[in-house]
Amino acid sequence: MTAPFAAAHGSAHDKPYTPTFTGERKQRLDELLTRYPNKMAALLPALWMVQEANGWVSDQGMAEVATLLELTPAYVKGVVTFYTMYHQHPVGRHFIQVCTTSPCGVCGAEDVVKTFLKQTGCGELGVTSPDGKYTVIEVECLGACGFATPIMINDEFIESVTPDRVSELLAQRK
Amino acid sequence: MGYPHKSHSRETAVLSKHFGDPDARTLAGWKQRGGYAALQQGLGMPPGEIVNVVKESGLRGRGGAGFPTGMKWSFMKPGDGKPHYLCCNADESEPGTFKDREIMRWTPHALIEGCALGAYAIGAEISYIYIRGEFTDCLRVLEEAVRDAYKEGILGHDAMGTGKRLDVHVHKGAGAYICGEETALMNSLEGRRGNPRIKPPFPAVSGLFGQPTTINNVETLAAVPHILTNGAQWYKEMSLSNPKSTGTKLFSVCGNIRKPGNYEILMGFPFKEFLYDLCGGPLPGRKFKAVIPGGSSVPIQTIEEAETTLMDYEGFVAGGSMLGSGGVIVFDDSQCMVKQIARLARFYAHESCAQCTQCREGTAWTTRILERIEAGDGTMEDLDTLLDIADQMTGKTICVLSDSCATPVVSGITKWKHEFEAHIKQKRCPMRPAVAA
Repeated sequence: MTAPFAAAHGSAHDKPYTPTFTGERKQRLDELLTRYPNKMAALLPALWMVQEANGWVSDQGMAEVATLLELTPAYVKGVVTFYTMYHQHPVGRHFIQVCTTSPCGVCGAEDVVKTFLKQTGCGELGVTSPDGKYTVIEVECLGACGFATPIMINDEFIESVTPDRVSELLAQRK
Repeated sequence: MGYPHKSHSRETAVLSKHFGDPDARTLAGWKQRGGYAALQQGLGMPPGEIVNVVKESGLRGRGGAGFPTGMKWSFMKPGDGKPHYLCCNADESEPGTFKDREIMRWTPHALIEGCALGAYAIGAEISYIYIRGEFTDCLRVLEEAVRDAYKEGILGHDAMGTGKRLDVHVHKGAGAYICGEETALMNSLEGRRGNPRIKPPFPAVSGLFGQPTTINNVETLAAVPHILTNGAQWYKEMSLSNPKSTGTKLFSVCGNIRKPGNYEILMGFPFKEFLYDLCGGPLPGRKFKAVIPGGSSVPIQTIEEAETTLMDYEGFVAGGSMLGSGGVIVFDDSQCMVKQIARLARFYAHESCAQCTQCREGTAWTTRILERIEAGDGTMEDLDTLLDIADQMTGKTICVLSDSCATPVVSGITKWKHEFEAHIKQKRCPMRPAVAA
């Protein structure tokens, strides 16, 4: 896996970039483009597809999207950096987001975060575990405050997580 | 049914009637429950008549501002030769609010039907449902429901066989609270950074892709089919208080309370009975201390204020706060208000889009000062500085995120000044056990 230093600086890519929009993905993008009056509106969905294919959105991924949507790579980067959900560097295989905003905060979210950091071996927020398996971050309001503490592991939304559920959740994800 | 708990006998389940029932998610199940009858009916009416029914019903926006929905729709000029758009704001991310999520994951067709009706009423052929990126479960459910609706000819170029075009597209956001602000949402949908736009022009004049646009919240749109089926009068009469607040409202309840979850009640329900009876009151051995009744952006109420409040648009204003999005956050006597307000400020500092100076600087400095006070390093002057910053942040920016950060700070310092002063005098948080140096 990538060294933490390189990962943090967003320039890590030890493999050559394989284009995202070929075959089925290109078809999906073409279908998406029919939904909007211009190409730029497909930017967020296209970036989601890049992340889905590569696990993160690299400069090459942005450049590919820019070409397809007739935008500049600089413009695309400007948009990517606005949104928190696009990874601008590789992250662990299981990307764990724990909601710690006030309603979850008063229901014990801090302990959930601490337990994840300890049991994944990440130690610190935003740092990928040495085995490359996990990255843990705090996230602002996931919109499930009545189910404190909600977390996300990659695309999966999990409600009512308590510290004693953490080991089981991790064991299910090798 | 109710979800996660069974509906309370004092709830009025209209929107939440099928929460927890997986059958209601499917198109067949939805039709069995009377789904899409309202759309069939609506498409046979002139669009202006639908606008009038919604106007007459008194339905007001459920996203936070409470603007009359029918009036908003009437701003869309028919026959202006321009493409019109309907945006559904499903970017639910106001701390304390999780009602739209339940509507979308249990009754996706209710939203699709509401979108189709709304679009038809404002002369739009295309609706975009802008859903926050984190709602992956809702997204899956909604996308499947939209696919099914197209397959059955409910949506498409010949919607319900009427020869009218009605498209609904689901658009996934990518993590930004500010995209719940209507003009930021439009920018985001257009493939831009989610910075709010200066108004005017208002969306009804120049909105999405520069065309006339209406933006409605999920809960607002989901109520429309019911209004059409049962009539404006039926909706108007669903109020315990006054004719300005009509219908049912979903309240999301969270924090230090026995039965968190969503509750659907008639406008004007007494807040005290709501908190103690429906939601089960405080946790064992605890007392309620403070309530944020309408999502984190509204003023914080003391429990005494909350207990005399009626739950509708006017009632919450009379009680010193606002109905907002209906996200009720409850804090009990184990919570330090300084810490809670600092945490809210940190949320806004994280979510500021940073285009306005007052907001970019104000949210950040407010957070730093509050965290300093909480850590025991504050001074009495800090309290004046906080109020001064709050004043600079109110009413001076493109959108109201800045105001939303200032609101809990001002109400917090005003109502719990003794807690702030205790932190400063004792040089530590009095709620935490003292640590030996």
